[in-house]
Amino acid sequence: MADDPVIRAEGLSVAFGNRTIFKDVSFNVKRGEIFVILGGSGCGKSTLLKALIGLVPLAAGHAWLLGQEIADEDDDTRRALLRRIGVMWQSGALFGSMTLAENVELPIEEHTRLPRDARAALARSKLGLVGLGDAAERLPAEISGGMAKRAGIARAMALDPPLLFLDEPGAGLDPITSAGLDKLIKDIARDTGTTFVVVTHELQSILAIGDRCIMLDKDAQGMIAEGDPRQLKAESTQPTVRAFFRREAA
Amino acid sequence: MDASPGETTARIEALTEGGSRVLRASGRIDTAAAARLWPQAMKEAAGEPISALDLSGVETVDSAGAIMLLTVAPDAALRGAPDQVAAVLERTRKALGTIPPPGPPPPWHPITAIGRATVGRARAAVAGIAFIGEALVTTLRVLMRPRLLRWSDVLRHLDEVGTRAFPLTLLLGFLIGIILAYQSSIPLRRFGAEVFVPNLVGISLLRELGPLLAGVVLAGRTGSAFAAELGTMTVNEEVDALKIMGVDATAMLVLPRLVAATIAMPVLAMLMNVAGLAGMTLIMGTLGYPWASVQSQLQQWLSLGDLAGGLFKAACFGLVIAGIGCRAGLSAGRGPRAVGDAATAAVVGGIVAIVVMDGIFAVLFFRLGI
Repeated sequence: MADDPVIRAEGLSVAFGNRTIFKDVSFNVKRGEIFVILGGSGCGKSTLLKALIGLVPLAAGHAWLLGQEIADEDDDTRRALLRRIGVMWQSGALFGSMTLAENVELPIEEHTRLPRDARAALARSKLGLVGLGDAAERLPAEISGGMAKRAGIARAMALDPPLLFLDEPGAGLDPITSAGLDKLIKDIARDTGTTFVVVTHELQSILAIGDRCIMLDKDAQGMIAEGDPRQLKAESTQPTVRAFFRREAA
Repeated sequence: MDASPGETTARIEALTEGGSRVLRASGRIDTAAAARLWPQAMKEAAGEPISALDLSGVETVDSAGAIMLLTVAPDAALRGAPDQVAAVLERTRKALGTIPPPGPPPPWHPITAIGRATVGRARAAVAGIAFIGEALVTTLRVLMRPRLLRWSDVLRHLDEVGTRAFPLTLLLGFLIGIILAYQSSIPLRRFGAEVFVPNLVGISLLRELGPLLAGVVLAGRTGSAFAAELGTMTVNEEVDALKIMGVDATAMLVLPRLVAATIAMPVLAMLMNVAGLAGMTLIMGTLGYPWASVQSQLQQWLSLGDLAGGLFKAACFGLVIAGIGCRAGLSAGRGPRAVGDAATAAVVGGIVAIVVMDGIFAVLFFRLGI
């Protein structure tokens, strides 16, 4: 069972009304790898992420997370499954009226019977893990964009999920902060064996952290490449993939 | 998670070996186990310090389990820990090590608190006066160059402030008319003066309740909407962008709203009056007074001055409510709470302001004999 893919996606299609976002997207994500969904702006990367976690309905296809198909599950099973995944949203999506520690403590309070002291210590340890130990009592409005993303990762990791989704972790960050975030993701993956699915179009991040990737394309309305990003950069003959990795104008 | 095997198989026990205490843990020390074992762990932690953690029987540990073990024995040496267990404990110990101890709460002194609050209020008052001044200067500039005012925005706000509030205003007015007619008929009947109910309701509505209730509707519906819209624009730095582009933010964002609210309010007050009188007439009919009798009382006792005074007050209320809403939105702070705070400030400020103004108008009209 350990070799079973953490995510199995078969023939995924999403459409909004008559507009097809992508169609026939299939891939597997292995346990412990950092899997990158890449592509240009508007190609449906974030939509694919949302479709995988059941926030956007699929027009066709099936997706299994940790062996369960999220669309088919009843509420309790679905809730138990969602407990085993973490999501870091593009903006961090921290709750503005709560401190960072309270933000991280929220899912722990919701899903466990740990006493208050234990919840607080656990939340603080997660913030410490992402380097925000000294900012635990600050409100989201009082921290920078990079800190908000790290706090978002801490909250996503609160329940030790085996599967973490990160939506554009490096977007809008300076290169040093972005590189720090990449290192954090790699360290967590190495130390905890967590599987990461990262949506990004940041070339340096893709090459720095990605074990494997798929590339979506707006014109093709689907997947145009799959493999090791470094290998794709060096060997792909697909014009869009080459243009993407070589930062050439289309 | 709470139903995991750790809940039943995990155990901790404190032993004494060679004069020092050792905590032995076994099984799956996961979140469910930590939740169950936490009270026992805290009891052990309260005793003599634990010098070693014997983890040879531990199958696996997660973050919550690690937190429990490290809370019981923060400085203990690890014994026989499998690699995964040692790695999680080491990582958690490192993460906890980066957290500084909580500092002492900031000192609180009543004089300092009063001083801070006073300075804060004074600053807000100065900013409010500055806002009024800015709006006045912009109005004068627009009077000289009417092109500066975006009439399309005025029409859009007129629709939002006025026409979309018509149904609510009519409903409230009608119900208020019914309530006033019923309530006033009870004491007046005792004196055989039930026929004067239209006078009482008519004067109340035209002079006071019509403008005041329309003002409450405007503050609740529109003042908060203005504050939320402008607050969101402020939080998203759209207002800063306007200023940097050289666009007069007051002319573009504030004046159209002020104009729309000032025009719409007398109309809303008028609708409130008409609906209230209709409600009252209906009740008078049920009490046996025909329409002609009601009409005659109203014609005899209500003057155009009553109506004009009420509508003038309504226009003033509209101007002030819109101004307070815009000011609250434009002075919104940072973060998502700022918009909610601005909307609350707009509604509360708007209602308080119109009641205070109504009091001033009452004294003024009395002195002037209006």
